[in-house]
Amino acid sequence: MTRVYPDDVAGPYEAPPRSFTDREGRDIEVRRFEPSAMEPLVEMYVEFHPEDRAQGIPPKGEQSVREWLDSIVDDEGVNVVAWHGDDAVGHATLVPEFRDHPDEEVTEHELAIFVIREYQEAGIGSELIEALLGAGREGGVENVWLTVERWNRAAVGLYEKVGFEPSDTGSFELEMAARLR
Amino acid sequence: MRLHSSEEETSRRPGTLLPPGGVAAGMNVLLGIGGSEDSLRALERTIERALEAGDDLTVAVLDNPDSEPTQTEVADRARERLDAAGLDAEVRKLEGHPGSALVDLAESEGFDRIALGGGETSPLGKIQLGSIAEFVLLNASVSVTLVR
Repeated sequence: MTRVYPDDVAGPYEAPPRSFTDREGRDIEVRRFEPSAMEPLVEMYVEFHPEDRAQGIPPKGEQSVREWLDSIVDDEGVNVVAWHGDDAVGHATLVPEFRDHPDEEVTEHELAIFVIREYQEAGIGSELIEALLGAGREGGVENVWLTVERWNRAAVGLYEKVGFEPSDTGSFELEMAARLR
Repeated sequence: MRLHSSEEETSRRPGTLLPPGGVAAGMNVLLGIGGSEDSLRALERTIERALEAGDDLTVAVLDNPDSEPTQTEVADRARERLDAAGLDAEVRKLEGHPGSALVDLAESEGFDRIALGGGETSPLGKIQLGSIAEFVLLNASVSVTLVR
């Protein structure tokens, strides 16, 4: 599969940490993932509202959530977490895409972002995704892609705002791509 | 149109009870496959289900020019799997646009149901449905099963 990436660089955005007050007046911090964030993240995803799942993720049930998180929170990927005090309220991730040859240079990362229901529509998503793209750029990530359900206008709008452009319109999900470097 | 959940499919794995009337109500099923991983999984699951429920199964091998392995290789593999399972099922190669060829065959020959692979997963674990599945779901007048 070949994806078309925009000519222009998205951002560039500042890498985390970031602190801000969201539109509900809550003090939010965005930091890179570290191992101590695992349990709060598991808690966030186990409680995740079923309506906010996207194409089968996060999976259902604690065991599946742990397995899924273990597979994406490793040294190869980029992960940032939004915190309200000690609670993880959002998470964004870049997962490298390995081609048929594992030793081939990795040049594409898939992006996903999740914010729990009570913290949506407060500006956290924008800060979280900008911090993720900043961290990715700092880590040498060049090409980022994602899929989003076409009807999810809020998400599509966010992705467009930070520099994603549609790259494939052939199916139910809209595929979008951005260049970081 | 009705979509079966994956739970419903897995509840019919060997060793579990069949749904009421499962054996008597065997259906005339048309399975569409290409060379992708989800197609091969769909083939295995649909064979299992056909054996349990007494479905009459036809396997249609779709024409996807981008696909590795080739249509002939996929057809040979399907034939092998069916023979190994002892299932008497026809394997047909369909030419042309995969989605419309499958829907057309199902409707012109009175199949009860179309089955096809339920999508690939992205590196992140997202389910991704291809254009063939989308065409079939939006166009078929018979029930469609996406096999997970």
